[in-house]
Amino acid sequence: MDFLTLLQVLDTSVRLATPLLLACLAGLYSERSGVVDIGLEGKMLAAAFFSAAVAFYSGSAWVGLLAGVGASVVLAVIHGLASVTFRGNQLISGVAINFLAAGMTVLVAQSWFRQGGRTPPLEGDARFNPIELPFAIGPKDAEAAGKPLSQMIAEAGPLQQFYSELISGHSSLVYLALLTVPLTWWLLFRTRFGLRLRAVGENPAAVDTAGVSVVWLRYAAVLICGVLCGVAGAYLSSALQAGFVKDMTAGRGFIALAALIFAKWRPVYALWACLLFGLFQALELRPDIIENVSGIKVQVQLLGALPYILTVVILAGFVGKAIPPKASAEPYIKER
Amino acid sequence: MDKMPKWADIVLIPLISLLLAAFFSALVILAIGENPIEALKLMVDGALMRSSGWGYTLYYATNFIFTGLAVSVAFHARLFNIGGEGQAMLGGLGVALCCLYVPWPHWSLAILGASVGAALFGALWALIPAYLQAKRGSHIVITTIMFNFIAAAILNYVLVELLRPVGAMDPASAKFPDATHLPSFQDMFSTETNKMFRGAPANVTFFLALAASVFVWLLMWRTKLGYQIRAFGHSESGALYAGISPVRITVIAMLISGALAGMMSVNTTMGESERLILNSTEGAGFIGIAVALMGRNHPFGVLLAAILFGFLYQGGAELALWTSIPRELIVVIQALVILFTGALDNMVREPLEKLFIAMRRRNA
Amino acid sequence: MTAPAIELKGISKAFGPVQANKDISISVQPGTIHGIIGENGAGKSTLMSILYGFYKADAGEIFIKGQKTLIPDSQAAIRAGIGMVFQHFKLVENFTVLENIILGAEDGAMLNSSLGNARKELKHLAEEYGLNVNPDEVIENLSVGHQQRVEILKALYRKAEILILDEPTGVLTPAEADQLFRILDRLREEGKTIILITHKLREIMEYTDTVSVMRRGEMTATVKTSETSPEHLAELMVGRKVLLRVDKKPAEPGATVLDIKGLRVVDEAGVERVKGIDLTVRAGEIVGIAGVAGNGQSELLEVLGGFADGTGTITMNGAEIPLSGHGADGQARRAAGISHVPEDRQREGLIMEFAAWENTVFGYHHSPEIQNGLLMDNKGIYTEAEAKMQRFDVRPPDPKLAAKNFSGGNQQKIVLAREIERNPDLLLIGQPTRGVDIGAIEFIHQQVVNLRDQGKAILLVSVELEEILSLADRVVVMFDGHITGERDAAQTNEKELGLLMAGITDTSAVANGNGGNDTTQQEVPADG
Repeated sequence: MDFLTLLQVLDTSVRLATPLLLACLAGLYSERSGVVDIGLEGKMLAAAFFSAAVAFYSGSAWVGLLAGVGASVVLAVIHGLASVTFRGNQLISGVAINFLAAGMTVLVAQSWFRQGGRTPPLEGDARFNPIELPFAIGPKDAEAAGKPLSQMIAEAGPLQQFYSELISGHSSLVYLALLTVPLTWWLLFRTRFGLRLRAVGENPAAVDTAGVSVVWLRYAAVLICGVLCGVAGAYLSSALQAGFVKDMTAGRGFIALAALIFAKWRPVYALWACLLFGLFQALELRPDIIENVSGIKVQVQLLGALPYILTVVILAGFVGKAIPPKASAEPYIKER
Repeated sequence: MDKMPKWADIVLIPLISLLLAAFFSALVILAIGENPIEALKLMVDGALMRSSGWGYTLYYATNFIFTGLAVSVAFHARLFNIGGEGQAMLGGLGVALCCLYVPWPHWSLAILGASVGAALFGALWALIPAYLQAKRGSHIVITTIMFNFIAAAILNYVLVELLRPVGAMDPASAKFPDATHLPSFQDMFSTETNKMFRGAPANVTFFLALAASVFVWLLMWRTKLGYQIRAFGHSESGALYAGISPVRITVIAMLISGALAGMMSVNTTMGESERLILNSTEGAGFIGIAVALMGRNHPFGVLLAAILFGFLYQGGAELALWTSIPRELIVVIQALVILFTGALDNMVREPLEKLFIAMRRRNA
Repeated sequence: MTAPAIELKGISKAFGPVQANKDISISVQPGTIHGIIGENGAGKSTLMSILYGFYKADAGEIFIKGQKTLIPDSQAAIRAGIGMVFQHFKLVENFTVLENIILGAEDGAMLNSSLGNARKELKHLAEEYGLNVNPDEVIENLSVGHQQRVEILKALYRKAEILILDEPTGVLTPAEADQLFRILDRLREEGKTIILITHKLREIMEYTDTVSVMRRGEMTATVKTSETSPEHLAELMVGRKVLLRVDKKPAEPGATVLDIKGLRVVDEAGVERVKGIDLTVRAGEIVGIAGVAGNGQSELLEVLGGFADGTGTITMNGAEIPLSGHGADGQARRAAGISHVPEDRQREGLIMEFAAWENTVFGYHHSPEIQNGLLMDNKGIYTEAEAKMQRFDVRPPDPKLAAKNFSGGNQQKIVLAREIERNPDLLLIGQPTRGVDIGAIEFIHQQVVNLRDQGKAILLVSVELEEILSLADRVVVMFDGHITGERDAAQTNEKELGLLMAGITDTSAVANGNGGNDTTQQEVPADG
């Protein structure tokens, strides 16, 4: 495999890792506060639909993003009501939210667009288009030189190839997602909010008796989770792809959950885990590469299952133990 | 004293939750510009007013009885088995292998063999998460979710690469031999003059599901194994004191749960499609969660809830046929039922408890 | 007279149908140690949790330094200068001491400056009150005593003037408890007001200035400690003259039933809890294990009951029983003739959601006589349960009622009925009367003695010395996983046992020959 092919695969990995990363960090906030969220999938799906739909009507991807975040936050509030206010089973609530999103998106899509549960394709500013970083070779350079872009990059030096192919040319949301990693780390380990958030996920009674509201903290975490899932969903339908199709999240919410466990609920590990799982997905699209490299015919279906298998192995504690926040999934009940 | 009478817990709360779910479903139907009353009429007409409608309703209900029982048996051991879907998929594989490679002389033997195959494969698929939970503390909810995806990948691989007949395009096994054809309700109940359940997929597996309900009821409330499962589910420390092994009970409860989920595919794979296809489970594994929650983990409740969901499924199909409401409406209803009977249970329960306590005070 | 530091007026609180506090009024003078004493479940902790804003009172008013104060949450309590050390510490176990101390009391949105300031303040507090603890140590690596210090530091860091301690010595060794009280004395000298919740008369008599007594959710009296006696307080606590003496004949011990040699138990955290003990229990005698909670008694019972692993040898009626692996579970123990009334009936002895009749076979669900082919003989179990509940005077005598709906004493009777009527060779019984109403205590004690008189061996574990002295024939004292002494119950007294419980084996100064059942004690200070 030549260097450029490798870059192309990595480029695709980054694109595919982005929604995983956003959802994974979303889950991190929620679970660090002690609220388990297996409804990441549903929130992403709802956001994917509403951002695409509103982007289609408004012609602006950013307005679409807002709508997507709004939809995801509504579901997050439902999860908050069930898990925090009414101290219900968080797992069951997550399951319900996934179904709610799966059903509602198709229902509303059919009602608004009548295209069999999809939105019309998004064009122009209704999508998040690639950003070309300074000095990178992009479509405009190719046009000016009168050569196809791929040829121009192929002719460039390795550093420029690396820069143009892998670093440059992603949508703004990709860079935003990457920035969220250090931001989350800082928030979690360097601020008062982070201290309290981590504490409430470990021992809510300690937070409560210290005079801080458990309910407020957990809602804050659940809402941040909603916002990040919203961005993840918007990225899916208006950056990675051009429009919404039924069930387009395709299990990404669960892969993100797997990545979260893989990352042991730490933001920087989460980045690596999501990039790894993004790479698996990229390779799933290019089985020919693995065959060329390893000489073995690889079953694409089984490659797709790799993140799940890895997560089970991690959970089984064979490769380092993943210990979740202690108060995970437990509603805080003060009075007996 | 209990905070409220038993009947309120068993009947009133699920009923109120159901009404809430129905109310919000009606709002959804209104919001997409359709008439909820008309929709309900259509659903009732299509699912309950003709024998063929019942044939579909009971076909779906059969699936949901199995998966609902599967979820509820695990719930009794305080295990949340979200893996019914994957266990049912693997169960389908068990059925297919039994039907394709064993020369059955008669369907009655074939259904027994296929049930064993389905139960075995389903149980096996539940065994690994169960073992990991019991021995290594890996959270069973996450592992069973992961196993659903792994099962789908395996099934996909098996169908595309191994079981697909040479030259066939779609990822499905060969058709099962005729000897494995299960009598449908149409075969069983039609007379010369009066065709009943015309074209409907309901088949003899329904009675297998009823038998499974009775079996689960006996198991949970009449045997010492059920006693141990329930005791463990209520209190692990208590179980240890009584010499009930948590590892053993976790594994056994999940094996039973997986076997029940797997047996669902006798209905879909053997009774309906008569070959193994991709996605024959159609989410029934997940509906089992709603059914178990609504049925309060009791086989009789599960039976009622399964029939209700069977009705919703068939009614939903009718709606999709005659109106612009897509089938996904039932997914929404299912979500609302899980939400209100499961996650938001306290929203209904707490005000009711207060009401009953207040009433008791006034009477006292 | 100065305004009271705290004054509560007419506080009431119900948990569902249970009235935990009924119209309680109390006044606490500044600069004093004020004890609140009462039996388990008397409502002490509830009352203090209300004062700390952890629970909300249904009715009543709170005055702090004469000012009417609303305390809807802990934040308000902290603002009013109240700090509380809960019985179960409210610490984040994987945080450092420093992080735990600033949690909720940070200076600003950024952590670094808060941590820096707290470090300085902590050093200051450590010097002032002798509260030394490493600020960078993670909580889970600290001993219980040090964790408690962190809790006190948390309160002081928040400038608490009033400090509430809920059963602070329950989990401490005598030495740690002694240190604690020295710290509390220092705090009082500095003008802080301390409320000490306990059910131990000794602590009240020794350390408090004033004492309030609670019984069944009501405040029965507030008196100066110097003007009262343990007998008087005990009477106020339980509502009538206490007769803790059990009528029993001298024991007639027979053959050795249980023989323990070199038993060691390591808990899940890897801490050795039982450090090589030898013990025998003979037919027809009650051996009582005395000791402060957490000195290995629970682990001893768990190994004997088959739900913890141990090493060493244990023989039962001459046959060795396995201590780990196959055959070391509750079922095997029951088959060997051991019955067990566990220390925690709610978490272990009963399934709270099960009906009483189902609980009457819990642990014996394999017994052949309750099977009916493949199924359990539910009718038979029910009928037998009804009779059992009659015999053991369980009220209400309704086998269909869930275990959680019985009172503590009646729950215990259900467990006792089940375990005693199996006719065991050996009965293990832990904290038989914890959380049990006075009326039931006598009944329970009598049942145990009757079993002894039938020639059965009984191993009793209790943290209540009075219970040990009145029930046991032979007393064995455990301290820090060792047996520090063995005495004939009729030949010892609380003073002597108290020293042994503190790990002091030279008891010649206090030993006497005739003080056996003398429960009117003046106790030895733990630091004596």
